[in-house]
Amino acid sequence: MHPITTTHYLALSAALLLIGTVGVLTRRNIVIILMSIELILNAVNINLVAFSHALQNVNGQIFAIFVIAVAVAEAAVGLGILIALFRNKETVLADEVDLLRW
Amino acid sequence: MTDTVLFYLFALLVLGGGILTITRRSAVHSAIALIVSLLGVAGLYLLQSAEFLFAVQIVLYVGGIMVLFLFVIMLVNLDEAARQRQFSKQWWIGLAAVILVGVQVFWFLSRGAGAFRFAAAPETAAIDPGNTERIAEVLFSEYLLPFEIASVLLLVAIVGSVVMAKKRI
Repeated sequence: MHPITTTHYLALSAALLLIGTVGVLTRRNIVIILMSIELILNAVNINLVAFSHALQNVNGQIFAIFVIAVAVAEAAVGLGILIALFRNKETVLADEVDLLRW
Repeated sequence: MTDTVLFYLFALLVLGGGILTITRRSAVHSAIALIVSLLGVAGLYLLQSAEFLFAVQIVLYVGGIMVLFLFVIMLVNLDEAARQRQFSKQWWIGLAAVILVGVQVFWFLSRGAGAFRFAAAPETAAIDPGNTERIAEVLFSEYLLPFEIASVLLLVAIVGSVVMAKKRI
């Protein structure tokens, strides 16, 4: 069994980022698009913590804390917008929201 | 040895949960799969001796954000959306673009793996103060201003989401 290196963590993080991007680009349900954004932010955090561990420097973990704070704010505002949208348009599908389309 | 087994176990949780999250039809199933994925990420933090982030991940993500998601799923009627087409019409363009980017990323990762060999990490002090203490020291000295800005950001987010969810604006 070979030991786990930083590259393993980077590959895992890249894979999770790509899964999240597929979710954002292909799903129609806005709730699941928001969940995919959480996946992307978690991939970033894995990357930051992996480098923090490799360099024995806690600055990466502090940035991960800031990323989590921004993720919380984003989820709260995004779900608030979703509730306002559902009250006005009765839909949660991203491509049925075309009020700005000419 | 144990680290290797645990890494692959948590990686399986993370990637399996992620794939289930973006493929399930029901939003509640997606949320449960996302919880599994987030717990896998928390395990990876613990594996890299980031104990504080491990606790934050479980308390904040699994306990906070996911409850918020489930709350909204219950509040918004998703039955109609679950009966309809789940993927947008241009799904194949998105998938092709992601596969292209993924091939590039993994090609560069495999080519550049040698560049990730860092100089030996500086020796830790004889009495290791522990992960949480080290984070607190740096966060409240060097990163004090960003910390305060983050609190203002959270305040703005609270006010914004309350205004958004109000009956009449």
